[in-house]
Amino acid sequence: MAVSILLVMVYASVAVFLAAIVYRAVKIARLPIHLRWELYPVAHEKGRASYGGSYLEEPDWWTKPRESSLIGELKVMIPEILFLAGVWEHNRKHWFRSFPFHFGLYVLAGLIVLLLIGGITTAAGASVSADGNLMGKALYHLTYLIGYAGLGLGLVGSLALLARRAFDEDYREYTKKADFFNLGFFVVTLAVALAAHALADPDFSGLRAFFARLITFDFSPIEATVTFPTALTAVEIILASLLLAYIPLTHMSHFFTKWFMYHDIRWSDEPNIAGGKIERQITAVLQYPVSWSASHIRGDGKKNWVDVATSGVEEDKE
Amino acid sequence: MTKQRITIEDISKPSPKLAELRKEDFKPLPPPLDRPDATPDFPPLSEKAEEQYETSLDDTLAVSIPKPKNKQEEDELVAKFLSGLQKLFTKENNWTFLQPLLLSMEHCATCHTCSDSCHIYEASGRNPIYRPAYRSEVFRRLYKKYVKSKGGLLQAWRDGEIELNWTTVARLAELAYRCNLCRRCAQTCPIGVDNGLIGHEIRKLFSQELGIAAKELHEHGSVLQLKVGSSTGMNAVVVKDNVEFIDEDVSEKTGMTITTPWDKEGADILLLHNAGEILSWPMNPGAFAVIFESAGLSWTMSSELVAYDGINYGLWYDDAQFARVALKHAEIAKKLKVKKIVLGECGHAHKALTVIADRVLTGDLNIPRESCMVTLEEIISSGRIKVDPERNDFPVTLHDPCNLVRLMGIVEPQRRILRKIAPRFREMEPHGVHNYCCGGGSGFAIMSGHNFADWRNQISGRKKLEQILNAFKDELDPSIKKFVCTPCSNCKGQLRDLFNYYDLWEKHSILYDGLVELIVNCMSDVEPGFIEWEMH
Repeated sequence: MAVSILLVMVYASVAVFLAAIVYRAVKIARLPIHLRWELYPVAHEKGRASYGGSYLEEPDWWTKPRESSLIGELKVMIPEILFLAGVWEHNRKHWFRSFPFHFGLYVLAGLIVLLLIGGITTAAGASVSADGNLMGKALYHLTYLIGYAGLGLGLVGSLALLARRAFDEDYREYTKKADFFNLGFFVVTLAVALAAHALADPDFSGLRAFFARLITFDFSPIEATVTFPTALTAVEIILASLLLAYIPLTHMSHFFTKWFMYHDIRWSDEPNIAGGKIERQITAVLQYPVSWSASHIRGDGKKNWVDVATSGVEEDKE
Repeated sequence: MTKQRITIEDISKPSPKLAELRKEDFKPLPPPLDRPDATPDFPPLSEKAEEQYETSLDDTLAVSIPKPKNKQEEDELVAKFLSGLQKLFTKENNWTFLQPLLLSMEHCATCHTCSDSCHIYEASGRNPIYRPAYRSEVFRRLYKKYVKSKGGLLQAWRDGEIELNWTTVARLAELAYRCNLCRRCAQTCPIGVDNGLIGHEIRKLFSQELGIAAKELHEHGSVLQLKVGSSTGMNAVVVKDNVEFIDEDVSEKTGMTITTPWDKEGADILLLHNAGEILSWPMNPGAFAVIFESAGLSWTMSSELVAYDGINYGLWYDDAQFARVALKHAEIAKKLKVKKIVLGECGHAHKALTVIADRVLTGDLNIPRESCMVTLEEIISSGRIKVDPERNDFPVTLHDPCNLVRLMGIVEPQRRILRKIAPRFREMEPHGVHNYCCGGGSGFAIMSGHNFADWRNQISGRKKLEQILNAFKDELDPSIKKFVCTPCSNCKGQLRDLFNYYDLWEKHSILYDGLVELIVNCMSDVEPGFIEWEMH
């Protein structure tokens, strides 16, 4: 019964996590086209990104093909995502706190992948242990290593961030109660997880067995000979599930919205070409009704943007 | 002095001043301006100004909102602000920036990475209200309380406390004009939050809903431009007269016969100058004419209303005014049947018409636009004009206008020109897309009401002053004439004020001017001595 509850909880949290991401991403993507607001360097500018140049440096640029570089984007995105390159460059003190936290979470994502593979392997009847075959051995040791590294880094990072927000006046002033709660949530979850493995499930085999059940939808009762789940591991699973569902509902959803902030805004330099998709989108938004009240606009909710732009300041004479 | 502690919630608490400006707090300048008396005491606002206007933010005024006469008037303004706040987050009223604004509202992690990138925050001695995130956080809390969640039990716990009253509204209006909108902070944000954009949107809310904006930008700026033709107040007759004088002067100086073409239908290029050049730096349009004529370009200027002034102040505070001016520029280019518009040395005019208006102009109004930096480089690299770099044998550094460089990516053409024509060219540090604003960005260069010019010269321009002094640190001797190449009209206005304020020309022979003046100064076919070494 207890295992069934845990299983349902994990399925539900994954569902909330994915649904929240899809919902928010679709909502952002459906917002109307906006004016260009790029900021250089734009990473995909082939041959120019290194110094921040753009295709606008080219004489008669509109007559030439635009060259965009995916490799250029990856060269910026990978160090930014993995190592928080921007924080390293511009806020080094903070990086020493923020990097372990974020990198710890990436490592924990890797742990989940290893546990899934381990679960599939176990469910298929193979052994994942120090005495198993090569793959079983590799999975066993890698899970061990990645698991403790991720939990340790994440805990150190979240504690360091929490301490800074609590004791540094500049940070404390801008930290809302919810931010303290969020960091506290991470600290407690990671501390419980670390304790669970250090005390009750040192080689993650209990958790791997749970993942095998997750994959095979195995709701059957636990046999008396199996010790899993211990109370601590169960608490670990409950907290981690709640945290997973909670993250995309908060401003921590920046882990995926950052994609829009870079690709739709900062690097969005696509010109408006006659007869193209952008022109069609602009033509549509120019029909939106305007209701700004200042005397030089006098939007009545009926005039659209074309009316406003072509009316001029003559209206002020009225 | 102890550091001022000012909380986000303090913005709503009535007090004579939220923050004080004390020169001893400001960032020290490098030699030779490292003496305490090199920066004058920050002058207080006049008693009349204190009496008449809402002055409770800091010790200066940019917008000058009259004090409400009674509680009812206060309440009306707060209600209007709230109505504008709600409109700002609707797609109908703000499709122009809704997506970037919402993302910046939702995802700030308050990591303060942006703080040290801001020249105003740094120069002020880290005054808490000039932290880029301060105004954004105030606005974010208002948005979350009054637009997004409309209260609720968890709202303050989740989003922080804020109170909306007249004090908040009045201070926020002023605070939107303590940022140059240079977006250097956005460049450093690891998430992509844009405090510059938030400042821009606050200005828009006030202008588009409450009709509150800096007079120099609205009444004497875009309104005047649309009515008379130029924010300088010049009508077409005056402009043509002035340019005729310029042609005569330039012809005399260069030994060439220069006549600026007007309203030439079918020309390849429509050249758009900031009309301020014609009045304040007439040798700039003159130098353009010399270069374009010498290179044999087919070009014209327009004497139509609005088209002889390439400025577009709406860029800084109002989407409607922006669109109106951009549309006029495009309509006139279409009427003249030119192949392209070339923007003269004006950073914001570049960005306004090339980048921002790109998603306003459709169909046959979408005339190609090109930066003069690109046109000039093509002329020089193709050898269509001959240059003698020895004529520019003096120290030269380059100021990068934010609009041209960080916000458009036009970085190298002007440098390739300088490397060719200025043998003693050296960079400022940092430069290119990581440059610092001159301190006059977003309209500040033309704003000097009350003691705002002192604020510009002591705070927003301080970092640029430091950069210029450092660029010439081994050649500060007044016997060596030095040149700050400044290819932007508004930046030139700011540097002019800055140089006068600190006597840089008198004491250290540091002068500024545009790129075209430097080009003509070394043209082999031109009489030597085009640059006049005197403060102007």
